[in-house]
Amino acid sequence: MNDFMRNLLFLPEQASTFAHRVDRLHYVVIGTTVLAALGVGTAGLAFFWRYRIRTHGQLTQDVKAPLWLEALIVGVPLTVFLAWFAVGFSDFVFFTSPPKKTTDIYVEGKQWMWKFAYPEGPNAIGTLRVPAGRPVRLLMTSRDVIHSVFIPAFRTKMDVVPGRYTQLWFEATEVGRYPLFCTEYCGMSHSMMAGEVVVMPPAEFDRWFEAQKAGRPAVQDGTPVVGERVSLPADLVHEGQRVSAQLGCFKCHTVNGEPHLGPTWLDLYGRVSKFQDGTERVADEAYLTESMMDPSAHVVAGFANMMPTYRGRLQGPEAAALVEYIKSLRSARAPGEGAAP
Amino acid sequence: MRPSETGTGSLQPDESVLTGAPSLHPSGEIFPAAHYLNAGTRLRSWLVTVDHKRIAVLYLVSTLTALFLGGLFAMAVRVELVGPEPNLVDAVGYNRLFTLHGVVMVFFFMIPAIPGIFGNFMLPLMLGAKDVAFPRLNLLSWYVYVVGAAFTLWAMLYGGADTGWTFYTPYSTITPTKVTPILLGIFVTGFSSILTGLNFIVTIHTLRGPGLTWMRLPLFAWALYGTSIIQLLATPVLGLVVLAAALGHIFAFDLFDPARGGDPVLFQHLFWFYSHPAVYIMVLPAFGVVSETVQAFGRKIIFGYRAVALATAGIAFVGFFVWGHHMFVSSQSTFDAGAFGVLTMLVGVFTAIKVFNWVGTLYKGAIVWRTPLLYVCGFLYFVVFGGMTGVAVATVSLDVHWHDTYFVVAHFHFIMVGATLMAFLAGLHYWFPKMFGRTYPEGWGMVAGALIILGFNATFVPQFLLGNMGMPRRYYTYAEQFRTLNVASTFGATLLLFGFLLVGLYLLLSLRGGKVAGPNPWGSKGFEWLTQSPPLEHNFRTQPTFHGPPHDYSTPVEENLHG
Repeated sequence: MNDFMRNLLFLPEQASTFAHRVDRLHYVVIGTTVLAALGVGTAGLAFFWRYRIRTHGQLTQDVKAPLWLEALIVGVPLTVFLAWFAVGFSDFVFFTSPPKKTTDIYVEGKQWMWKFAYPEGPNAIGTLRVPAGRPVRLLMTSRDVIHSVFIPAFRTKMDVVPGRYTQLWFEATEVGRYPLFCTEYCGMSHSMMAGEVVVMPPAEFDRWFEAQKAGRPAVQDGTPVVGERVSLPADLVHEGQRVSAQLGCFKCHTVNGEPHLGPTWLDLYGRVSKFQDGTERVADEAYLTESMMDPSAHVVAGFANMMPTYRGRLQGPEAAALVEYIKSLRSARAPGEGAAP
Repeated sequence: MRPSETGTGSLQPDESVLTGAPSLHPSGEIFPAAHYLNAGTRLRSWLVTVDHKRIAVLYLVSTLTALFLGGLFAMAVRVELVGPEPNLVDAVGYNRLFTLHGVVMVFFFMIPAIPGIFGNFMLPLMLGAKDVAFPRLNLLSWYVYVVGAAFTLWAMLYGGADTGWTFYTPYSTITPTKVTPILLGIFVTGFSSILTGLNFIVTIHTLRGPGLTWMRLPLFAWALYGTSIIQLLATPVLGLVVLAAALGHIFAFDLFDPARGGDPVLFQHLFWFYSHPAVYIMVLPAFGVVSETVQAFGRKIIFGYRAVALATAGIAFVGFFVWGHHMFVSSQSTFDAGAFGVLTMLVGVFTAIKVFNWVGTLYKGAIVWRTPLLYVCGFLYFVVFGGMTGVAVATVSLDVHWHDTYFVVAHFHFIMVGATLMAFLAGLHYWFPKMFGRTYPEGWGMVAGALIILGFNATFVPQFLLGNMGMPRRYYTYAEQFRTLNVASTFGATLLLFGFLLVGLYLLLSLRGGKVAGPNPWGSKGFEWLTQSPPLEHNFRTQPTFHGPPHDYSTPVEENLHG
């Protein structure tokens, strides 16, 4: 029944305790709404037919409502709506009241990326790793305009406001990867301010966390979690595409030739890049790798020095896959192969 | 008398085919020789007119222009969203499009349209008055509207703003786009709204004809009264908040900047303090139109007059205390969320009362199936579905998932388009003969109405589902799984567009070529039909006196008593 209703209403999977809790009310409310709209529509249509005009200038009399009908007309909607509210508000209190012991993660929103910071632990951009079965609390603030963290699979959302710390707690129930969206309009790339929540088995999470604390990035963001079904990368180009999507490279770089926060990757390989300090250099494998590991060494003219370093976050094979992926992005007017170094 | 000014003398074939009902009006009507439209034909006679009916026509032209523009922006948005890839414009272009769509539709069509057009035209007629209380002020409020629209047009020509119609700070402070002229436009237009509201309140208090007690007041007048009170009390807050936003943008001095001790959430409180009651500014007049139409075509007096009138006042009052339901996840307190949530339920109850009364009016009526009633039928379905999804999003916990997703977009379009626009179209068809003395082609009216209702469903039902899936609103690009429903929505919008173009086309043609309507083609017992159609320059030849409520169909219609 649950899955039937969920699919009927196009709801995503239920991956948190709150999602399981709130969806039941959802089904009841939407079900009643549909029935009421159909009921009123049907009554209207039935009356249209039953009481259609029969003779020219037909007269009609005022119909007065008996008291019981008036009481029913007021009482039924009032009771139904208040009942929904009572259940809904108690669920909301659950949603706004985190348990005493939680795993705290700091969240900072900025145009247009998410930064997740673990106390005494690692930072991550775009990917939020959380343990399953343990309550997690996000402590959130914004560096510029208002953003909002929305995780559809958890049915949770909270605005991220400059000058305030807001909190959002959840307890994930299913291991897996779930999209995270920004739902407060924040300017040009609002729709690309996406992230991902990776729910790991608790033991796995602890291992990952310890490794991160020790400065040994044991599991990278692109690495599948236990229990996740993955298709093995067919080749380096596809692996590179996957890695760049996971790491959020596309938040700043495009692959269609349009400049964004960073230079486009289309035809980047082999192109002569001009830098802020007036020097220039042909973009080869070495340059591309340097740009990932030490982005402020050469900042392309016309762009801000804002890219974070991926040293320690990208493993060797992943960096290589990224380079191969960038090399594969050629348009019709790309410089010929001979122009490449 | 030109030949085109006489009727054809025969029953229109489509009438009997579509309805099986006898014709309500005798054929062979003669167009009145003197009426408000030919009381002066030079451009000057329109631009300096103080006749409430001519001002209504000025509003008709200007708000329909706004509707057309807003519709174009909407279509551009839908075309962009047929796929996640760039189709028509870039990201900033898209952000400007949805902002302009919202601003133009809300401030230049939804808010002024029904009060400006039908309120101005019908209110004095319904009261048995010669004009509104302050005719010159009435003209001024139209000019103020035009000045506000001109500011906004200027902003559009400069590329427009990209903040959304909500102008949330701090984004509206730092955006490089042209928010200032748009905010000024809204600020100025607000005065038009205030002046119209003031005028209507005084008119209803002072200009009711002999015997027209408050409990005999047509329900459309009640709706305008409730609306006017909201306009008068809430609009100043909008003026304040857009001015604050404009100052923040012009001087880079954001009053809501936390670095200066401000609070961006305060902006939202102030903004919604106006903008939620503004929803009732948009929807109460629509409720009034439906109350009139359902009586005229159900040919029966409203079921529970007092309940409808009181529910109108109730919505106007409670509407002031529910704004926080826009901010359940904005970091307002849990207590606030509960308080705003439970108060919102009362709006739902008042609306439900009205729905029961409209449906109850049809019970034991003598229903005449005409285009306005088709729109009322659509309206009833949309207002129940849109209204109850409103109650659903006010059910605090459910809103956490739905807030700022397409579910909310679909919900408020069900109310704005499904309720307000349906009622607007019902009123436009019902009162078209009153305003211009001619009827529209009934068959085409039905076809266009069916197209619009169908297209509307096809546009917005997929958006409810998109919201459930988790697609946030104001997204230029989206994940692949959202594609199918977006394509469906754009397809629906196309149907909607054709429906509207059809209505525009046959109404324009009917202005000259429509069949002469006669004083009261519907046999309606609304008070506005007590005079000829189109009405005289000063409405009535003799002062109407009122011995009973409007739409009392227990006695036969006596036509054109005072025209």
